[in-house]
Amino acid sequence: MQTTEILVIGGGPAGLSAALEAASLGADVTVLDSDLKLGGQLIKQTHKFFGSKAEYAGTRGFEIANFLFDEIEKYKTLGKLKVFTNTTATGYYKEDGVVSYMVGEEKYGRIKPQKLVFATGAQERLIPFVNNDMPGVYGAGAIQTLMNVYGIVPGEKVLMIGAGNIGLIVSYQLMQAGIKIAGIVEAMPKIGGYWVHAAKIRRLGVPIYLQHTIKEALGNNVVEGAVIQEVNNCFQPVGDPMEVECDTICLAVGLTPTCELLWSAGCEMKFVPQLCGYVARRDPMMRTSHPDIWVAGDAAGIEEASAAMVEGRIAGLSAVASLNHVSQETFYDRSAEYHQRLENLRAGEVGEKIRSGLSCVCCKQWG
Amino acid sequence: MDKLFNSGVLTAERIETVIPPRDLWKTKKNGLVIIECPQRIPCNPCYESCPTGAILPFEDINDTPVVDYTKCIGCGRCVAKCPGLACFVADLTWGAENEALMKLPYEMLPKPEPGDEVVCLDRIGSEVSQGKVINITEPWEDSTMVVHVVVPKDRVMDIRNIKVVKNNAR
Amino acid sequence: MSIKLIKDHPILDFGHEEKKMVTFTFDNKEMKGFEDDPIAAALHANGIQVYRITPKTERPRGFFCAIGKCSSCFMIVDGVPNVRTCVTPLKAGMKVETQKGRGVLKSEEGEER
Repeated sequence: MQTTEILVIGGGPAGLSAALEAASLGADVTVLDSDLKLGGQLIKQTHKFFGSKAEYAGTRGFEIANFLFDEIEKYKTLGKLKVFTNTTATGYYKEDGVVSYMVGEEKYGRIKPQKLVFATGAQERLIPFVNNDMPGVYGAGAIQTLMNVYGIVPGEKVLMIGAGNIGLIVSYQLMQAGIKIAGIVEAMPKIGGYWVHAAKIRRLGVPIYLQHTIKEALGNNVVEGAVIQEVNNCFQPVGDPMEVECDTICLAVGLTPTCELLWSAGCEMKFVPQLCGYVARRDPMMRTSHPDIWVAGDAAGIEEASAAMVEGRIAGLSAVASLNHVSQETFYDRSAEYHQRLENLRAGEVGEKIRSGLSCVCCKQWG
Repeated sequence: MDKLFNSGVLTAERIETVIPPRDLWKTKKNGLVIIECPQRIPCNPCYESCPTGAILPFEDINDTPVVDYTKCIGCGRCVAKCPGLACFVADLTWGAENEALMKLPYEMLPKPEPGDEVVCLDRIGSEVSQGKVINITEPWEDSTMVVHVVVPKDRVMDIRNIKVVKNNAR
Repeated sequence: MSIKLIKDHPILDFGHEEKKMVTFTFDNKEMKGFEDDPIAAALHANGIQVYRITPKTERPRGFFCAIGKCSSCFMIVDGVPNVRTCVTPLKAGMKVETQKGRGVLKSEEGEER
């Protein structure tokens, strides 16, 4: 059976950062990613990132991914890092600490790591409406994959559901790809994403229907339109339903952490609405209740990629430290820097939800 | 009009707070920056990109930017760097009495060219006036353009975007 | 039908010209797509949006999550059912079919189960 010191599951911003941190400290690291390409959601982002210089603020997401890939290549060449794409981790066995995985659809394998970082990301949420399973109703991540990774037109005219950062950013990206936006529908009385992201698409003439919801996708086999309706403060429909012309409905109604492996590893889990689902309890170094397992990124609670990259660094650092590969001085220096960065990213009003969520799952240290 | 602001449109009383000081603005060659960033978010590339220190250091990265207009030289480097495309420059000294030059961020297709007549749009994408493109720069060589467009002087606090209409049959 | 690609983009260069175009079949119709793109993406570029029909209510399903998690895009590929076409790379000569129902596995002896 294959072995590795550190196994990172998920090659998005959090996982790659964890892997790089661990490799930079001399550990032998393996990364598994279920997708055909590394980089998770980062490779689909054409907008410039927020945050500070340390998180590559002002640089486009896919370019940040390229920086990470360059570093990954460096450690691969040094023989410290192995990366497997199109490889889905399928199970964690508590009894012997073995991880099973699937390459493509039909080949299976096993690997036994000493320490594990779960950076499995998140998955799209669905909301109930008539015909929400109809082809043409796509998750925002899927639309980004089609248009920004593969350069394929996802549709001619898109109705966006959700005005959080993802809904706003993907609308802007669709317009950059030359695709029309029928409008953005948001059930809350206020956009959920950054105000400046909304301003960018408002000035392109895109309407944002606050306090509206989607009632129905129209069409026979595929989407040929949609029905939206205003809602009141209790989310009850008011007024007349309105038909919207579109051939694609993009759902950007939130994400939920991907945590099946954490459950099967027996990590202590807690449902935290502010973090958008079940997440593992963890100490400040992102270590879960299982002493060999760390968590980072969206799998630990839905947040921005900038925070995910710092969490990955922390998890990688702590996992390697548990193997006694790190001097105390390096550990304290890096740990202090990373925690300061996270604190800065989460300090403002928009970080309030995250802060309150984290206060429910973070413990000072495991007993 | 909270609903309008809540959908990402700067409204009257808030517009007042982002206008550069009038007297300085009227005479400042190359113009002054207007920053429409009303929400505290963790972001500071405008400060990092400013070559003259006109955008003051952030005590907390979540602070909204504060400008020392006496130091602003209207260079447009923040216009191209801001991830929210929330910085705009207006030069009131440019051209004829009723004209001004605006430097607007642009990341769409088709790309404008000097000499193009474009449609100027406001904060909700409605047509305000015609404008004439005189220059396009790409300060950070990262595909974010700064389009220099001549606009009616009395509409600089309305115009925030351009629509480029290309005749495909060249 | 022509393949729907994004030809011009203000930020991204997809490198479509350098990619290798291969031929595959969808329900016995010949189609073209880029080698190693996800099968589901190649089908979408060819205007195909219905990938399977659900077992009980016989509703059409297509692309949805694109990360191999939702099972909406299961299809029969080279005779194998329940293939996650959003994370399976396209190869020349692949035989891709709409999956109706649960799909049937064949044992090595050719027995269906």
